[in-house]
Amino acid sequence: MSDASFVRTEMLSEQDPPPTSVGVIGWLRANLFSNWWNAILTVLCLAVIWYVLSGLLGWTLRSVWNAGSLNECREIMIATWGSTHGHACWGVIGDRWLQLLFGFYPPELYYRPILALLLLFVALAPVLFADKVSPRLLYVTAAYPFLMPWLMWGGSIWMPIGVAAGFVLAYLVGRKLDGSVPGLVLGILSAIIWWMLWLGFPIQAEVFNTGLGEILGAGLGKSLATISPDIAPFWLETVISRNFGGFMLSVLIGVVAIGCSLPLGILLALGRQSNMLIVKAICVGFIEFIRGVPLITLLFVASTLLNIFLPPGTNFDIILRVMIMVTLFAAAYMAEVIRGGLAGLPTGQYEGADSLGLNYWQAQRLIIMPQALKISIPGIVSTFIGIFKDTTLVSIIALLDPLGLSNSIRADTDWNGIYWELFAFIALMFFIACFGMSRYSMYLERKLKTEND
Amino acid sequence: MATMTNPPRESFRLSMLIYDTRYRSLTIQVIALFAFMLLVAWIISNTVQNLAGLGKEVEFGFFSEPASYDINQRLLEYTSRDTHLRASFIGLLNTLVVAVLGCITATVIGVFVGVARLSRNWLIARIMTVYVEMFRNVPVLLWIVFAMAILIESLPSPRAFRGENATQSLILNDSIAITNRGVYVPEALFSRSLGDVRLFGESSLRFDVSLDLIAIIAVLAASVFVFRRIRAWAERVQNETGNRPTTWHFQIAVLVVPTFVLLATLGFHLGKPELKGFNFAGGTHLRNSLIALWIALSLYTAAFIAEIVRGGILAISKGQTEAAGSLGLRPNRIMSLVILPQALRVIIPPLISNYLNLTKNSSLAIAVGYLDITGTLGGITLNQTGRELECILLLMLIYLFISLSISVGMNIYNKRVALVER
Repeated sequence: MSDASFVRTEMLSEQDPPPTSVGVIGWLRANLFSNWWNAILTVLCLAVIWYVLSGLLGWTLRSVWNAGSLNECREIMIATWGSTHGHACWGVIGDRWLQLLFGFYPPELYYRPILALLLLFVALAPVLFADKVSPRLLYVTAAYPFLMPWLMWGGSIWMPIGVAAGFVLAYLVGRKLDGSVPGLVLGILSAIIWWMLWLGFPIQAEVFNTGLGEILGAGLGKSLATISPDIAPFWLETVISRNFGGFMLSVLIGVVAIGCSLPLGILLALGRQSNMLIVKAICVGFIEFIRGVPLITLLFVASTLLNIFLPPGTNFDIILRVMIMVTLFAAAYMAEVIRGGLAGLPTGQYEGADSLGLNYWQAQRLIIMPQALKISIPGIVSTFIGIFKDTTLVSIIALLDPLGLSNSIRADTDWNGIYWELFAFIALMFFIACFGMSRYSMYLERKLKTEND
Repeated sequence: MATMTNPPRESFRLSMLIYDTRYRSLTIQVIALFAFMLLVAWIISNTVQNLAGLGKEVEFGFFSEPASYDINQRLLEYTSRDTHLRASFIGLLNTLVVAVLGCITATVIGVFVGVARLSRNWLIARIMTVYVEMFRNVPVLLWIVFAMAILIESLPSPRAFRGENATQSLILNDSIAITNRGVYVPEALFSRSLGDVRLFGESSLRFDVSLDLIAIIAVLAASVFVFRRIRAWAERVQNETGNRPTTWHFQIAVLVVPTFVLLATLGFHLGKPELKGFNFAGGTHLRNSLIALWIALSLYTAAFIAEIVRGGILAISKGQTEAAGSLGLRPNRIMSLVILPQALRVIIPPLISNYLNLTKNSSLAIAVGYLDITGTLGGITLNQTGRELECILLLMLIYLFISLSISVGMNIYNKRVALVER
């Protein structure tokens, strides 16, 4: 033991970490300048960002908002900044934004698509935010598929009510017969008969050469759909499909395709997973065919071939035809996504459902689908986003979606030669919608995450 | 207690077709098959009636008629006097060209961006995120049209290259001209060429194959073979003696020298584009439509590939990196020997399906006037002959064939790399 020993008796007070490793400086050092290579990259990135932003912000902000034509825009630019280069002419958006949003929908009826959009949010709320919104809003959701076409196309309210009544009838008949297979068949049949009655479908007595056929064919000269407006006329001015356009058209096609493709996709996925050989073969064939061809060829089918495939004289609306094809297209992709979810479930879930004595549909509804759909949420949403983006393809078959409209705006002498402002506006609108959807899917994934991992 | 020795024999009743699960599936399948056949029959009968009403019949004779339209971007020789079949064939090759080019560049960009998104440099990761979100959330058609507009509007016209006080000049040693009419790149010429071989005679599918190209490929293949033999020999020596013989200079020589000798014998030189009159002549002209489509499809698909690559790398657990590190591997080797081989198994299947998407999206060429198979067979040929049914069905079949071949390839690959679970 030497006398020189020294033992500290009191604790040293805690010291702050060196200022270079905490706070802003610490963060900068850790994330941007951790070594010389990263430092070079950071500086390069900053230079690129500065270059891009200075050009882009200058173009966006030092711009002309009030102009009726491109020439006027250029005159204002020359007068203000001395050159036309590097300045945006947002006058075209100010001039044509209503057209880009609504196409050629009659301006005095703009409230109808807006109302339809607002109702869409109301109808979606109980589905999207089930824990925050009253489930009573589900009635709006149920009514929406019938209300929306009425608002968009107009006509008599008795049409959507009649169609909806068919579904209600099918449901009531099916429930009365206890959800059994004959009940299902009878329910569907009763709905079909109701719709025939309602629309005054031409039923020939030769086809149904029975008492019922004669009653239907001969007894009812006038259909219920034509009688009821006389009793209570609720009539909205009709808007023909040719006037639909802009983002309204994209959203309309997107919403219909998304809404119809999910149930259709579930059915197709179940068919593909089933062990009934023929059903499986049909589903696989359909899915692989649709996924193997580009959407544009299906749109060609919609615009030229669908009329050839349907009975002579049928000629229905091009937008409806496009909706059908886009829905089929979306359904095939949806089916594959959901099949992935189904395949991701352990077999124990199926066996568990069987051992509880649930039948096929009960097992699907109560056990399999809630889990399979949960697994496939990211895929489902990215399919939605893909479909919404793909609605721009209708411009190739001469429908006036935003891209199609941008061409026709450019064809106008006032705005001949304007590109970037239109593209920027359209891209921004699509970006907001798609980015919003992808963020929502992340929120949903977090919310539905049940494992504690 | 009575034991039942003979269970009562179930006699088949008609209601069992519905209520007995053993027979129900049979019933459903028969009904499904019947309904399906009914649907097909209904569509066919409608089609027959409609076509009869229009006075058309299904026949493919129009394929041997002259197409009388021009295809300005093409791989093989073609004139407007050639048949519709020839035009469709050229169109198909155009589809494949842009698909292959797009897949290559999309993969390169996508892998780069995907890795960069995981960079520890905050700024780089954010920039790449912005790129990915920007491209993924805007329709590809918009990007294609946008790229086309940029090329046409912002590039100099050939006139700017002309005269004493030209404002523009060719880049890369006077060999590449970037103009608003397209990009002119040098072409490979051989002064002592071996000539061409024409496949398929004078038919519409005739195909000129350059013998020079075949010779170069053959020599390269032989070089690679010898290269690999040398490496195998070196490894064998290393395994036996523990010393690896120095072979890298042999290997490089084997790879490079024969090809150079061949190129010299064939008289290889570059045909550079030159300004003649108002436009460039010589060299290969890549038109704006091809370049716009190529750039837009590559950047768009690359954003998706980046996400796949990032997901694939993240899917490999951190323990793998740490274990590799504790074995003494350096970061580069960890990536190439441990992470990537495992990540590839996750990455490849969705990657291939993105290649498929790119190929299908290349049908949007019609928006910028690049005459691919959709533009020829499904576009001008359809409009000129008025044979919608034949053209569109054939178009779909061709795409279906391309897609199914890619999927078959993917399945074979998946089987090969699948983990063998014990």
